[in-house]
Amino acid sequence: MDWQAFWLSIRLAVLVAAILFVAGLPIAYWIAYSRWRWKFLVEAVVALPIVLPPTVLGFYVLVALGSRSPLGRWWQSLTGHTLAFTFAGLVIGSIVYSLPFAVQPFAAAFTLVDPKLRAASSVLGASKLRTFVRVVLPLSVPGLVTGVALSFAHTMGEFGVVLMVGGNIPGVTRTVSIDIYDRVQAFDYAAANQTALVLLAISFVSLCLVYGMNRKMWTVWPWKERP
Amino acid sequence: MTATSPHLANPPLSVPDISVVELRKTLPVAGNDFVLEVKFNLDAGITILYGPSGAGKTTLLDCIAGLTPPDAGRVVIADRTFFDCQRGTNLPVQRRRVGYVFQNLALFPHLSAEQNIAYGLADVEPSERRTKTSAILESFRIAHVHDHKPSEISGGEQQRVALARALVTDPCVLLLDEPLAALDAITKAKIIDDLRAWNQMHRVPILYVTHSREEVFALGERVLVLDHGRIIAQGTPQAVMSAPRQETVAQLAGFENIFTATVIAAHEDRGTMTCRIAGSTVEMETPLVRAAEAGSTLRIGIRAGDILLATIQPRGLSARNLIPGRIVSLEQRDVTVVARVDCGAVTEVHLTLAARDSLELRPGCEVWLIVKTHSCHIMAGGMIE
Repeated sequence: MDWQAFWLSIRLAVLVAAILFVAGLPIAYWIAYSRWRWKFLVEAVVALPIVLPPTVLGFYVLVALGSRSPLGRWWQSLTGHTLAFTFAGLVIGSIVYSLPFAVQPFAAAFTLVDPKLRAASSVLGASKLRTFVRVVLPLSVPGLVTGVALSFAHTMGEFGVVLMVGGNIPGVTRTVSIDIYDRVQAFDYAAANQTALVLLAISFVSLCLVYGMNRKMWTVWPWKERP
Repeated sequence: MTATSPHLANPPLSVPDISVVELRKTLPVAGNDFVLEVKFNLDAGITILYGPSGAGKTTLLDCIAGLTPPDAGRVVIADRTFFDCQRGTNLPVQRRRVGYVFQNLALFPHLSAEQNIAYGLADVEPSERRTKTSAILESFRIAHVHDHKPSEISGGEQQRVALARALVTDPCVLLLDEPLAALDAITKAKIIDDLRAWNQMHRVPILYVTHSREEVFALGERVLVLDHGRIIAQGTPQAVMSAPRQETVAQLAGFENIFTATVIAAHEDRGTMTCRIAGSTVEMETPLVRAAEAGSTLRIGIRAGDILLATIQPRGLSARNLIPGRIVSLEQRDVTVVARVDCGAVTEVHLTLAARDSLELRPGCEVWLIVKTHSCHIMAGGMIE
């Protein structure tokens, strides 16, 4: 088994899940509470990666990272090389690719928080930020766990975007799913099967974590029976 | 005279703070828009806000609290301008120092009773916050549940936590949206006592929304009756409730019997008129109303407790209305017997248990209803178009 590819995938998935947790909160907050009439446009853009073929997404990310785009040029002037076919480029591509898997559970959890609780917090003098940190976030923990776990699992298994943006450089951009594809191409079904099984197990365990934890959340809180 | 003398050595009596609420708010509702348009002064002490659901009570509280911006008008509470459309003032909700107890209480489910109460004291120094919190826990008799989550305490305790959370911040106005609706009578009475005690000490304006007649009399120094977004009556509970001119108020004041009737004849000399109850041949003598002409339609309200029952036709009575009927049903509610009598129109009569037993009343009995002229209250109201 290619442990290097595994390690790379896990590093990528953890990093992407962490960044999406931080970046996803304000986006989800805006989507949950904004009353802007064109909000649906932003919602559609955020959800695009769910339906878009990964190759299409990967293609545009590749173009955006290339030396002809402003972002690519800026990165090149900063570091001396392009973003494409690097780990950093992979991270950016994966963030875009997994964005809806973090933002949608976050936003759904925020909208479920009783508006009267936010009103009560404001009346008691709390700023919007304090209301968010003290009331909305603690009551959204199940949604936060779901979002982080889904973006982790989703990034673990991505293929198309990685192939388009990162290529297949061992130790830099070769992730588990690329590794499996390589093995199959080489008719090494046994090795492919081994790796695939491990990936299956990881996905299953992280989803079990999500659902198991959410269920626990809901059974002990907030409708906990009196002792 | 002495109180107004400019030469007093003592400091002048403190001038009461001025609180004015004058606003208009249009809410888009399918069909036609709902318009809330009110103007009233708010004095220190408890003002009851009554109205049927959909009258705009919660919207009014939200406008005062700053959760909903009015379309026009101004809100001045204790000399502080919260909102002034003309001057473009709109104080953010966080800086209004409003105490608001929501209809569903809106306690933070993930925080303990104590943390809920301390929530509004974020800017207070920690030691003072602890002192204040434990003092109010003590005075509202909820110290024993201070580390419990809202879901782990009783309804009465939840209500007290919600009230304490609002009061501990020293609000300059208190808004209570049916805070006691879900409680039993004993718990309710205790909390009302707590609230009155607090009110004695602080004397800030308190706007109290309720549907309960008992609460109106137990708490109110003043009643505002809101219907369809407008104030249709105001005054002391006694004044508003004992002689209601509006059907909404009549229901609040406990008029169990409200009939539509047609004026048959006006007797200017006697100060009365004869009305026939719609859909029957029953004629009643009621107080004269100036505007009423023969043939016009109006509504008559009669309290169930103001009607007498007799099993034989009485004689030598001053009461002008003697109506024969038959008992349809008898139902005991607590210590009151509710009799429904069909005399052409079904009428509700309240009796004591003793009266029922000594007259041996049962369904099917022939009885006479006795109603004084002045027990018939003529009102304007919803049904007259």
